[in-house]
This record gives sequence, C-alpha cells and structure tokens, in this order.
Amino acid sequence: MTGPVLAPGSRRGAELMEAAVRGRSLWEDARRRLMRNRAAVTGMIVLAALVVLAVIGPMLLPYRYDEINKADVWAQPLTAGHILGADELGRDLLARQLMGLRVSLAIGFVATFVSLVIGVAWGAVAGFVGGVVDEAMMRIVDVLYSLPFIFFVILLMVTFGSNIILIFVAIGAVEWLTMSRIVRGQTLALKQKEFVEAARAAGLTQGAIIVRHIIPNLLGPVVVYVTLTIPAVILSESFLSFLGLGVQPPMASLGTLIAGGAQDMELAWWLLVFPSVTMVGTLMCFNFIGDGLRDAIDPKDR
Amino acid sequence: MLRFIGRRLFVALPTLFLVVTVAFFMMRAAPGSPFDMDRKLSPEIERNVLARYGMDRPLGEQYVTYVRDVLRGDFGPSLKYKDKTVLQILQENYKVSLILGLSAITIAAGVGVTLGVLAALRQNGWVDVGVMGVAIVGVCIPTFVIAPLLVLLFGSILQWLPNGGWNGGAIGNLVLPVTVLALPQVAIISRLTRAGMIEVLQSNYVRTARAKGLPARTIVMKHALRAAILPLVSYLGPACAGLLTGSLVVEKIFNLPGLGKFFVISALQRDYTVVMGMVIFYAALILFLNLVADLVYALLDPRVRLS
Repeated sequence: MTGPVLAPGSRRGAELMEAAVRGRSLWEDARRRLMRNRAAVTGMIVLAALVVLAVIGPMLLPYRYDEINKADVWAQPLTAGHILGADELGRDLLARQLMGLRVSLAIGFVATFVSLVIGVAWGAVAGFVGGVVDEAMMRIVDVLYSLPFIFFVILLMVTFGSNIILIFVAIGAVEWLTMSRIVRGQTLALKQKEFVEAARAAGLTQGAIIVRHIIPNLLGPVVVYVTLTIPAVILSESFLSFLGLGVQPPMASLGTLIAGGAQDMELAWWLLVFPSVTMVGTLMCFNFIGDGLRDAIDPKDR
Repeated sequence: MLRFIGRRLFVALPTLFLVVTVAFFMMRAAPGSPFDMDRKLSPEIERNVLARYGMDRPLGEQYVTYVRDVLRGDFGPSLKYKDKTVLQILQENYKVSLILGLSAITIAAGVGVTLGVLAALRQNGWVDVGVMGVAIVGVCIPTFVIAPLLVLLFGSILQWLPNGGWNGGAIGNLVLPVTVLALPQVAIISRLTRAGMIEVLQSNYVRTARAKGLPARTIVMKHALRAAILPLVSYLGPACAGLLTGSLVVEKIFNLPGLGKFFVISALQRDYTVVMGMVIFYAALILFLNLVADLVYALLDPRVRLS
C-alpha cells in the first residue's frame, strides 16, 4: 500500500484531515452545548458584569472604601448618597462591597492558578512516569488528603500573620490535591489511547505527544475543575476572614464584610444582607458555569 | 481482610506522625509566646517560666520530648489555663462538638439520601429540578451567611428559638446550629445519591429485576439503593472534615462551648500544647473515619477487597 499515512497525530495527517472534513471540532461542539445551557450563560453574563464592576466600579464612586464620614454613620440604604447604606464608621457600603468583591475575586483567581500549576505538574508527572514514582507521589497526595487542612491554614495564618500573598499561597496549596488526582487519572487513561500509540508510531517525539495530544485532552476536565475551584477558594478565604484570620481591616473582602454585618445585623440589616447576596450570587455563577462546562465537555452524564 | 487493615494503618500512622511534626514546628515558628502579657515580664521571671515548661531547651530536644510524652498519652499542661491539662480541656469540651457533628451528619444523611433518590426517580421532573436547585443553593450559601440570617429570622424576629448558647444541650438550642451544619452536607449528599442512583437504575441487574416483575419499591430499596450509596461511604472522611470546618464557624456564631471555638482562640494566644492536642485529636479522628470508610467500602464492594 502506498500513499500518505493518515496517522491523526502526524502533521501531514492532521492537515489532510482538516482539509477533508471541515466539520465541527470537539471544542466547537462543547461550545454549542454550553451556549444552550441557560443557567451557565446567565452565570457567565452576571459574572462578567461582576468582574467589570469589581475592576472599574471603585473608581466611579464618590467614596473610597476606607473613607470615614462621621455624618453618615449607620446611614440607611438610599440615603445621604449611599446607595447601599453605610457602616458604623459611615463608610459607604457599595464602595466597600466592590472592593471586597475585587479582593475575593482576585484571591479566587490567583489561588486557583497556584493550585492549577502545582496540581497539573504533580499529576502529569505521576501519570507519565508511572511505576514507583507514581505510587510515591500519589501516596503523598493520599496522606495530605486525610489531613484536617483548615487547621493548617489557620496555623499558617497565625504563624506568619495574615497577609494577602500568604492567603493566596495557603489556599492554593490546599486546593491542588484534587487537581493532581484528576490530571493523573486522565494522563494514565490517555497514555494508552490508540491515537497516542499512532502518534508514536508516526515518529512523534515524547514532547510533541505531550503538547499535541495529552495536554489538549487534559484541558476539558481541568477547565471544569478550575471553575469549581474558584468558588471553593473564595469560600475558604471568606471563612478565614470570618474567623478574623483573613484579609485585615480596613481592607475588605466579602468574608470580612459578612462577618462585620453579622455582628451588627440587628442594628443595620443591610450590612449583612447585601454582602451576603453578592457572595452567594458570585458563587452561584461559578457553580452554574462549572456544571454547564462539565455537561458540555463530558456529555456522558446526561 | 486483616492485610487490608494493616496496609491502611501503615499509611495512617506515618500520616499522624507527619501532622504532629508539621504542626509542632509551625506553631513554634509563630512570633510571640504564650507568656506575652500586657506588661513585660522581667527577664529572670521569663527565664524561670520558660524553664518550668522545658521551653528553654533547643527546639529539637523539645520536639523529641513532646513526641515521647504524646506516645505515653501525656499531652502536657495548658500554657494559658494554668490549672488544666490539655486532656482535661479536650474532655470538657468535646461533647458539645460531638453532639453537634453527629446530629448534623445523621440528619444530613437521612434527608440527603431521601432527596437524592426522589430526584433520581423523577429525573428531569419538577422534583428533580427542585432538589438540585436546593442543592446548588446549599453549596453556594456559606455557613456563616445562613447562620446569622436564621438567627435574625427565628431568634430575633419570630422569637421561636434562642439566639445561641448551649443551655445544657436543650433541643431548642440545638435546632439552629445543627440545621446550619447539616445544610451543606445535605446538598452534597443529595447530589451524590442522585448521580449514583441514576447510574445504577440503568444497569443490567436492575433491568433484570424489573423484568422479573419485582415491585418498583423493592427494586429501588433493596437492589438499587445499596449500590447507589457506595460513593457516600467514601465521602464519610471529607464530610467529617467539612463538619469540623463548619463547627468552627457555628460554635462561634451560636456561642457554643465546643472544641472549635477553643482552637482558634488557643492558636491566637499561642497556647502551644492545647493547639497541638487539638490538631492531633482531629487528625486522628479524620484518619480513623477514613479507615472506617475504607473498611465499609471493602465490605460492601468485593472488587476493592480483591484488588
């Protein structure tokens, strides 16, 4: 038999295939499924709006988040120019809430990125190398899994004082475990797939196989897990803040705002209700997007 | 089976050792000391106090001493509560946390499994949509948001239930904290049950049972449920960790005299021995529950045992 070898991994094969069927790729398929999911689309729109608000919102307001106005102490919502009211020092709640949202989102994104880097590297190496190395690395993950992690985060905060960078690192270092398990499992499964074998037979180097075949196929589950990790991180941070170990005043995160609001709730309901609604809304957006992505990328659950 | 247990213990014990080591050095790396007062102690007194607790020795030596004492079951005296040992503090306070945790997980399992099964049987029906909606909300509303809101509603406005406090464990005082603690678990458990149930209901043996003409109730309760709740067993460990995390907040909000409240306060006050005692206690508890979960799983699913 003569003619080109149509191994899907070889460059020539890929080009020919692309020319032959200009069909929908798996990603295109997934995108369409996602767009049909009303909850996920709503989540994306609301979340985009929240991100924009958190980034530029504080600049548009007449108040700074830490600006104390003695005249406006305990101002009700929609009075004295405070749309969401003011707190015990007369600080504008909307300004504080936008700042808190910004801090919470930043922690969510950065800490998740930390966990992503550690988790993918750890899981991919374990899965690729296999054997004793895999066994040892995954045993370490098992061990860490069974620790009461919140205690270690609390100890970390107490030990080094709570600064924001430490919060990133501490929470990121806690959240990478599941990521590494997912990545390893996925890598193990992919390693034995026919198309990887075909790529190897077509003469691709190990590196090229990783970049062209393994990583794109890892992306799906990783993306899904990332969207579900971000809300978990935001929750962890606000949990720490609630215990007084997270972001320190006058800086605000959604957690510190809720903690403060809970103390004064009988005097000023707005201080509890508005930050809570923002927090729950944000978390729900992430969860809807995550669930939607999972259904779109991995439709076997339907 | 014995080998299975042995292998698990072989992992669990070094883990516990690791916990002790990391927690010990982390706590000691913290600036400040348990003997910091508003007024500075004179150097001689400070030296005496440190010597009294063996804290004038090199850190490595203190560590060895500590580990040896713990192996003998001696967790040392509290550094802040002068006349109490760590074990006494644990003994006096674990009951509140235990009652809260056990009630919460029992209720969460009952409610969660029921909701999950109902949702799976009516997949994509309104019951399903409703239950899954509640589950998403349950996961998204943090404990420390729902707790103050419930206190505001039932405690302050309706005045049906007390705002907080323990009151000897009276039912009225338990309702709100247990509900708050159970809610996120109900959400997770119902989702797990639903997913497991949907998968099992499509399996061949369930179809066989249907073909045999068994009543639907028997199929669901006897055949499907047993396999569907398997994932729940392995969730036992994480659930316990979740409850611990939740109890830190719940005990603070409802002002309950449990271990969770103690932990944060002790860590902030640098009460080394109390913090260490609690870390060891909780780590051992979680490791033990993970072990139990593994065993139950192995009993229920022969495939695990044989591999």
